[in-house]
Amino acid sequence: MVAAKNTVWTRKDLVGIEDLSRDEIELILNTAPQFVAVSARESGIKKVPLLQGRLVVNWFHEPSTRTRTSFELAAKRLSADTLAITTSASSLVKGESLHDTLANIEAMHSDIIILRHSCAGAPQMLAERHPSHIINAGDGRHEHPTQALLDAFTMLEYVRELRGDPNATLDGIRVALIGDITHSRVARSNIWCLTKLGAKVVLCGPRTLLPPEAERMGVDVTTDLREAIHDANVIYALRIQLERQQSCLFPTLREYVRLFRIDSESLKVAPNDSLIMHPGPINRDIELAAEVADSPRSVVLKQVSNGISVRMAVMHLLVNSPKRPQTTEERAQ
Amino acid sequence: MSILIANGHLIDPASGISAQNDILIDGDTVAQIGNGLKGDMIIDATGMVVCPGLVDVHVHFREPGNESKETIATGSRAAARGGFTSVVTMPNTNPPIDNAGLMELVLRRARESACIRIWPAACATKERAGKEMTEMAELKAAGAVAVTDDGSDIDSSWVMRRVLEYADMCDLVYMAHCEDGTICKDGVMNEGYMSTKLGLPGMPKAMEEIAIERNIRLAAVTGAHIHIQHVTTADGIDIIRRAKARGIRVTCETAPHYWTLTDERVEGFDTNAKMNPPLREAVDVAAIKAGLADGTIDCIATDHAPHAFTEKDVEFQFAPFGIIGLETSLALTISELVDPGIISLEQAIKLMTCAPANVLGLPVGYIKEGGPADITIFDPKAEWTVEPDDFASRSRNTPFKGRKVRGLVKTTICAGKVVYNS
Amino acid sequence: MSESGKLNPQAGSVPDEVMSAEDMADAILDLSKAVVAKNPDIQSVVLLGILKRGLPLAERMAAHVEKMTGTRPPVGSLATTLYRDDLRAGLGHVKADTGTTHFAFSIDDKTVVLVDDVLAAGRTIRAAMDEVMDYGRPARIQLACLIDRGGRELPIQPDYLGRKVSPTPDQHISVRMVETDGHDAVILEDKTK
Repeated sequence: MVAAKNTVWTRKDLVGIEDLSRDEIELILNTAPQFVAVSARESGIKKVPLLQGRLVVNWFHEPSTRTRTSFELAAKRLSADTLAITTSASSLVKGESLHDTLANIEAMHSDIIILRHSCAGAPQMLAERHPSHIINAGDGRHEHPTQALLDAFTMLEYVRELRGDPNATLDGIRVALIGDITHSRVARSNIWCLTKLGAKVVLCGPRTLLPPEAERMGVDVTTDLREAIHDANVIYALRIQLERQQSCLFPTLREYVRLFRIDSESLKVAPNDSLIMHPGPINRDIELAAEVADSPRSVVLKQVSNGISVRMAVMHLLVNSPKRPQTTEERAQ
Repeated sequence: MSILIANGHLIDPASGISAQNDILIDGDTVAQIGNGLKGDMIIDATGMVVCPGLVDVHVHFREPGNESKETIATGSRAAARGGFTSVVTMPNTNPPIDNAGLMELVLRRARESACIRIWPAACATKERAGKEMTEMAELKAAGAVAVTDDGSDIDSSWVMRRVLEYADMCDLVYMAHCEDGTICKDGVMNEGYMSTKLGLPGMPKAMEEIAIERNIRLAAVTGAHIHIQHVTTADGIDIIRRAKARGIRVTCETAPHYWTLTDERVEGFDTNAKMNPPLREAVDVAAIKAGLADGTIDCIATDHAPHAFTEKDVEFQFAPFGIIGLETSLALTISELVDPGIISLEQAIKLMTCAPANVLGLPVGYIKEGGPADITIFDPKAEWTVEPDDFASRSRNTPFKGRKVRGLVKTTICAGKVVYNS
Repeated sequence: MSESGKLNPQAGSVPDEVMSAEDMADAILDLSKAVVAKNPDIQSVVLLGILKRGLPLAERMAAHVEKMTGTRPPVGSLATTLYRDDLRAGLGHVKADTGTTHFAFSIDDKTVVLVDDVLAAGRTIRAAMDEVMDYGRPARIQLACLIDRGGRELPIQPDYLGRKVSPTPDQHISVRMVETDGHDAVILEDKTK
């Protein structure tokens, strides 16, 4: 384990990666391994009492099964009580305002709110005005911080194993993000997380799905899959939403697949130890060929289990960090 | 009882005066301009600038239909507080002003409740639907000073051409909100690095520029006078500059927020940074300043767009577009344009008085013996901090809360009556 | 730190050696003898060292036990960080580098001997017991400590103790071990340092 600096978690919320420092990201990544062990207990109880008596509310204003299950399990493994709330994300359906809904939840003495919403900025808007600890589980196209953290954690595991160095970092690691970047909060959060950790990121997708001036986020951009993956240590395929075809964003899935699918053919130009990742759910044979998704290079399932550990770490840090600096004794231990 | 404005520095761009002068007001007209005058009630304007009451050709007063945001009464008080004595109200109310009956309603409400002069514009098409023309001749006879479908553009070029021809026949200016709505349907801010970073759907500058180009060409074809509203981009200003050079009858306006802020202000998802057209980039701010300095941009207009707090206090993507501007316009003009030397104080006042009045041929915006006693007295050096809770407007949706600015209105006189005194 | 030093504790930052390396070696041997004496069925004993210094302590004890009985009890480590009650109350800081709980054997029906360097309030031992119980059901749990400095906040007592020390509240007892710090000693320091 990398010798921890004396970074202390001081934020009330986790709304995005963009504002986090490298130290803060590393603190989360260094806190997560303890929780990997908890979930891996074979004969023991897969629980620790760190969030005992706390209420974690999964507020999904946009549907999701996997992320919600992951957060729910993470909360339960910390011994928290959990609650799931779904509200409508339609602007046409004028219901209770977001602020009022949260105030009502807080009246039931909740501690952590996990919010997924179709509008960028919704978690931030709430975090600024409410005392709850807010974790952004995806706000529109903007950010999905815990996804990027679990992705970085997974990449670190792989790099350390490959090099036989438990203190290896992601500095210099080349990561290719492939697919619909424009609509992807997973892409944006990963860009911030990876660049802050020193990795080199290249975005690759059809012109129509690459957002303007993306290079200014500190990444390379290309529409050529070969160029993107020929030297990539990590190949990260993003989900393509089949509806995009209707808005004239690409002509057909057939052509998308020919140009951008990660399959044994396209992988011929890539290093043969490059990692294959995907945030899920996979459109088999569209973003990833079935045989690639199931190959040993694919760590998609690892991402899922790491997701629980990383989310446990985040919830623990948010709730249990004291609002004071460390004492000399604590630093000396 | 006569009113004497004494010892002030008179700036009247219409006549070119910029010198120490007293002004004597008798009834609703300016009786005398000179030095050492005598009057009954004395307003001491020592150290102040005295200029014609400011004119804003683009405001939304929301009456009829959305009185919770603003009414003609509260809007006129906001205008007076900002130094304005004449405003042109946009017809995208609820219902929109697309017939003489509604025009008469607006004028009646103005007579009953407005403290300044209201010059209403009428819709160019019925219900602003962009399909059928309104009865422009009758609307003009009823009091319309211009026609516009502001809030949106007229999508069909066929319709737009006929609207321009007909408006020209009625001697009405078409005030054009330029936006090609087919390029992007869900944009909420400028398309660029900021929208990429924030993950918000963007409105490319081309949406505005394509529409400016199309509308100017149709104006050229028809010989009509088209007034381009709220220009925000460098290329858009260029298109207008070249059209003017070719003698096409085009004028244009811009609003203070477009030279004060960029799309970086959207960082943090403040809905008070959301308006249409959106805040653009540094290169556009520079072009706007250059355009104001070289006369390509004819006048300043706020596009004062009030919205209730609850309506704006929602997710960025759901919030309505628009910010208020009457009570900060003069200060932003002085702080951001005059003080840094981009334009002179005289030019600034021209952009806010006779120039906008001349766009629509309104008989205001000047100080002359025998002319209307619409006068604004302000201190160009006074520093103050924008505090929305002090506003006379019913709404508070401004991005300038807490901003330190210079230029404070002291007194506003309309038709010889003091309508605002700080 | 060559002399066992009757140095004046008020003389700023100079620590006071309470046990020398030889003293420690004797104490650890005594602890191991006591464990053997109390547990005739040595096969059922496992040692869990509480990180971080409890682990090397447990390893040394396991070596002694092996010399005495021919059986080396399995040794594992307990991080206890995830069970600390002060962390739950937001009173303590998350330590990221304590190390992780690790033992590759079952504890069901075993005699688990918890091994720690310094016993004070007793909260760490309580957390250790909570953690052990989440892993299985030991037949019994015993506690071996090198130093008991007093200041108990819970009714927890060692079964095997090296030495009792009574520092004042503003003095801090530290154990140094070759495996973690390069040398063996037990020292007394001013907390104000």
